[in-house]
Amino acid sequence: MNKWNVFVNGIMKENPVLVLVIGLCPALAVSGSANDAFGMGIAATFVLIASNILISAVRKFTPDQIRIPIFIVIISTFVTIVDYTMHAADPVLYANLGVFVPLIVVNCIILGRAEAFAYRNDVLSSILDGIGMGIGFTLTLTVLGAVREIIGNGTITLLNYELLNLGEGFKPALMFIMPPGAFLVLGFLIALNRLLIKRKG
Amino acid sequence: MISNDMAWYMIIVSAVLINNIVLIRFLALCSFFGVSNKLETSIGMGMAVIFVMAIASSASWILWTYLLLPFKLEFLRTAAFILVIAALVQLIEMYLRKAMPALYQAMGIYLPLITTNCAVLAVAILIIDYNLGFLNSLIYTIAVAVGYTLAIILFAGIRERINIAPIPEFLKGYPIIFITASLMSMAFLGFSHLFGL
Repeated sequence: MNKWNVFVNGIMKENPVLVLVIGLCPALAVSGSANDAFGMGIAATFVLIASNILISAVRKFTPDQIRIPIFIVIISTFVTIVDYTMHAADPVLYANLGVFVPLIVVNCIILGRAEAFAYRNDVLSSILDGIGMGIGFTLTLTVLGAVREIIGNGTITLLNYELLNLGEGFKPALMFIMPPGAFLVLGFLIALNRLLIKRKG
Repeated sequence: MISNDMAWYMIIVSAVLINNIVLIRFLALCSFFGVSNKLETSIGMGMAVIFVMAIASSASWILWTYLLLPFKLEFLRTAAFILVIAALVQLIEMYLRKAMPALYQAMGIYLPLITTNCAVLAVAILIIDYNLGFLNSLIYTIAVAVGYTLAIILFAGIRERINIAPIPEFLKGYPIIFITASLMSMAFLGFSHLFGL
């Protein structure tokens, strides 16, 4: 597999949320607004890239039998860094994401990529894999958040900046920013992604 | 949300129905979608989750109150909890295989799955965030796990029915399952504000 394929793999063909259907808990829980979803995506992407680099760098002298605990310690170190940094840098976002920030540590995508990719490949490929998977995850979350927010609240905000506002005349369907909307929109996004992949052949 | 001055039955109602861990709080979704294709396996998984969660969150409560807090090691919370939970599940598995083969037969295969179940770590963190005492946190944990079991058993029943229903081609598999979960979540949303919670 060449480096470009490694990079784009995570965005559509092996998109972690839409195709592999992992990392669902944060994807559904924080996608009530595009802003929160994007923040979650970036946080997870940072942990993914950083832990991929470190795990790939130490793979030559990691004993096979205890590799999983080692992965977990490495991942939880980066999660703690993200936890404290976000708490200081954006307290509102931190409060919105709540328990899902420390829970990045059990995100199947990160441990999954450590085991399936970073442990078996060189550092450069692991960085590209981390970036590709991270973009796939962030993009899916942001789209999910944007769709839910526009239907459920009539706005789209990104990086704390309001991109779009349908105004007073729009009657939002509140259900979409509540829990049922998350399941519903993700279900249709998976169906849409399938349709697109099938079209492309 | 949950606090120490709530009556025990209010904690249970809140954790099982109003803030159902799967359908309202979006935790433990991987196993919820992964294991729910048969009614039997869902029951086994539910029981295993109740068992492991109760032990894991008691252990992490003790670890937090008597080790991390007195020695000002709060920043180690995530790392310490996940390691304790992973080690504990291994230990429980080994103990059950030796001491209670019948019980191991019933839920042994689900135990490794539970390590990566985010709900176990989430509940351990939540009882710390809510500042619950030991007894209340045990009640809360068991109620959360019962809520999980209730949701997964109901869902498995619906999925067994979906398997024989005609579904549009591009909705087959995961999409229809998510739409079903959405409807169930809507039903559970009907419990909100029950007893003024």
